[in-house]
Amino acid sequence: MVESAETFPKILLDNVQKFRRSKTAIREKGYGIWQSYSWQDYHDHVRDFALGLASLGFKRGDKLAIIGDNRPQLYWGMAAAQSLGGVPVSLYQDAIERELEFILEHSEARFALAEDQEQSDKLLSLKQKIPNIECIIYNDPKGMRNYTEPFLMAFDDVQELGRKFGEENPHYFEDEIDKGTADDLAVICYTSGTTGNPKGVLLPYHAVVDAARCFIEFEGLTENEEIMAYLPMAWIGDHIFSYGEAMVAGFISNCPENTSTVVSDMREIGPTYLFCPPRIWENILTQVMIKIEDAAWIKRKIFHYFMSVAGKVEKIRISNNPVPMGSKILYQIGRILVYGPLTDNLGMKNVQVAYTAGEAIGPEIFEFFRSLGINLKQLYGMTESCALVSIQKDGDIESDTVGTPVPGVDIKISENGEVLYKSPGNFSGYFKNDEATKETLVDGYVLSGDAGYITRHGHLKIIDRAKDVSKLNDGTLFAPKYIENKLKFSPFIKEAVAHGQGKDFVTAFIDIDYGAVGNWAERRHIPYTSYTDLAQKPEVYDLVDEAVQRVNKSLSEDEKLSNAQIKRFLLLHKELDPDDGEITRTRKVRRSFVAEKYETLIDALFTGKDKVTVDATFTYEDGRATTMQADLKIRDAKIF
Amino acid sequence: MSANKEPILKVEDIHISFGGLKALNGVSLEVNPGEIMAIIGPNGAGKTTMLNVINGVYTPDEGRIFFEGRQRPLKMKPHHVAEMGIARTFQNLALFKGMDTWSNIMVGRTQKMKSNFFSQGIYWGMSQKEEIEHREAVEWIIDFLEIENIRKQSVGMLPYGLQKRVELGRALAAEPKLLLLDEPMAGMNLEEKEDIARFVLDANEELGYTVALIEHDMGVVMDICDRIAVLDFGNKIADGTPDEIKANSKVIKAYLGEAEG
Repeated sequence: MVESAETFPKILLDNVQKFRRSKTAIREKGYGIWQSYSWQDYHDHVRDFALGLASLGFKRGDKLAIIGDNRPQLYWGMAAAQSLGGVPVSLYQDAIERELEFILEHSEARFALAEDQEQSDKLLSLKQKIPNIECIIYNDPKGMRNYTEPFLMAFDDVQELGRKFGEENPHYFEDEIDKGTADDLAVICYTSGTTGNPKGVLLPYHAVVDAARCFIEFEGLTENEEIMAYLPMAWIGDHIFSYGEAMVAGFISNCPENTSTVVSDMREIGPTYLFCPPRIWENILTQVMIKIEDAAWIKRKIFHYFMSVAGKVEKIRISNNPVPMGSKILYQIGRILVYGPLTDNLGMKNVQVAYTAGEAIGPEIFEFFRSLGINLKQLYGMTESCALVSIQKDGDIESDTVGTPVPGVDIKISENGEVLYKSPGNFSGYFKNDEATKETLVDGYVLSGDAGYITRHGHLKIIDRAKDVSKLNDGTLFAPKYIENKLKFSPFIKEAVAHGQGKDFVTAFIDIDYGAVGNWAERRHIPYTSYTDLAQKPEVYDLVDEAVQRVNKSLSEDEKLSNAQIKRFLLLHKELDPDDGEITRTRKVRRSFVAEKYETLIDALFTGKDKVTVDATFTYEDGRATTMQADLKIRDAKIF
Repeated sequence: MSANKEPILKVEDIHISFGGLKALNGVSLEVNPGEIMAIIGPNGAGKTTMLNVINGVYTPDEGRIFFEGRQRPLKMKPHHVAEMGIARTFQNLALFKGMDTWSNIMVGRTQKMKSNFFSQGIYWGMSQKEEIEHREAVEWIIDFLEIENIRKQSVGMLPYGLQKRVELGRALAAEPKLLLLDEPMAGMNLEEKEDIARFVLDANEELGYTVALIEHDMGVVMDICDRIAVLDFGNKIADGTPDEIKANSKVIKAYLGEAEG
């Protein structure tokens, strides 16, 4: 590991010194083959592109907006901007125009790097409104032949300019890198924001580099790790893992062919270090279960038997007790028959460390993967801390906490129950938003906005967003996300919104998981035509009712939350969608928006009605849309 | 497009009949290099018959066919026509359903394989080099048509729209001088149609393929084609640019019937 260098471009130069062409830095699957680039190639591409940018007038402090799927060229773009003392700003590739417009304008980016025609089109359509964008560079030339805009350039052409510029200014690249210091701004990450406009989190080099080093030391990572770079580049998670840690440790990031091939690409690579949000773990588990139900009888029996063995063994392992001999032997047989082949199929055979973060994960899901022998751990972090706050330590796992503070991080709980932390990865402020900075960064501590507490064993437990925690009329603590997450642990429930602030009891909107419930319905020969139709089937209500009862039962066991059981619920006629503004891109519910949009539904839940009519818009495949009225049933749930 | 160039394909005065039915009655057509040309017409007008005559499935009773300026015999086996550089797709899919996408596209390379069965078997020398070239070409097409995720799926399991795309891929794999597409968008939804239209345009503009296609969707034809020939009951009734065809009274009559009075 390189200890001395303090900025990523300097670390890149060190990596070239150390590895040259002998070691792969980044791979991308293209034309069916993994195309590898050594650290020397990485450096050369970054240099050529950086010099190309310089010849186009990119100055120190300029921002480079980056939009697209994970591609080596986009990572090189980041490093190139940083080499020149500039700042990369990544955008979510599926963000809607309004969000893009805000960030592009707010960041004052003069240059933009887009992956392909699709992303370039988005930028071009916004160009009129955002005069600060002067130059758009695209990576994939496919479909771009008829674009004649003079400010539009191909990545390769910019590199060609760079090579010419380099001949005339041979030391420019190294000189510019030399000027960088640890206090310089490394990157601006825009947070999706559940309320209002996104905020630009300013992360200096010392934060990003130190956070990356903390991760590497904590997990004992080496230059031989393989990771999949498949999460949105705009997300701090990907930035830290696929860019930051990969640079500092010198390990390999693998960019999948495209978003639809991630699973098979991952199987080919066999990553050793893996980072997935809970949603992906859930999806994998759902897929496994669907496939097992389709398997032959004998396979199904073997699978369920050995998974129950693994589940028992994992419970003993988590409690740090010795596993009895009999179970040990059974587990080893299970490894040969089930766990080994299954993890191999999922591409997780080589995983040494896997994280889940961003949201709470269901204990069943968490324990399922751990019981297979995958070292899955929970991590708590935010953009404001470069994702570094607390991680579960090997051998010290609790399925409902996010572990202990990473060495170097200090955690405090404020009087009103909010989690405060001081991390090496702490940000320096929000871009052009001093007010928010003052509110969030107090005496070196970040006010996380999360409500939580420290358990007896010193683990941090997160309950909900602090501002969302409120009280029912009888004074019972109402933590909507805590309830929603418990609901979402059911494989049949995709999304849920709990209501109860200032009310007498708790009610919920529930979104079914179309895939899982659809599959379930097909097996029971329940015909359905659409999501709306399926959601309103009495059988589906019964199915969800069971899940709600399980949640109520577990809430009843907690004396603080026993009165916050779900009394009434309804199944929504549509899936909550970021395009409709109901949830954020990172799938967090926008509560006030939902409360406003579905006011009539909420009213109906809290009055005695047994159904409510809603206007639903349907879009056909040919693009036509019609509005129809749908009746949503309301169900009373059993209280314990 | 390139009016002064010699047409890549020229058929003159083609007659063919099945029993008493005259399917084509003295039809002449030209396809110029670099253009997208459409053959349209009501059902039973003889469009598919025309494609079958061009690629050797049918032997016309009379007429002359010129390809790249040279007259070819009227009776010719389809695979000989393919060797000349004419590839086609079919109205009803003709894929190997049990094989995966990759293999189906590789089939399109068959005409280009030079080394014999035995040297391919030991994978040595020329055949090794050749194999790598062919694989590269197939992967290039997979990338072009954006079907990476179904590379290893058997095509019989794929949705119809994707099967059509695989078939287009197989035709492209032959690197033809002339690409014949028989209703490439039949039975597709709007999104799938737009996809195929984009690929046909890309194949034409970016890769330089000359395309002749049959299509029922007038919107697509008018949008992407340089020139249109209209057949009706085995006769050519019009030939020209989309705008000319739109204004042609004979065409309107063939499609909409004659106005009363």
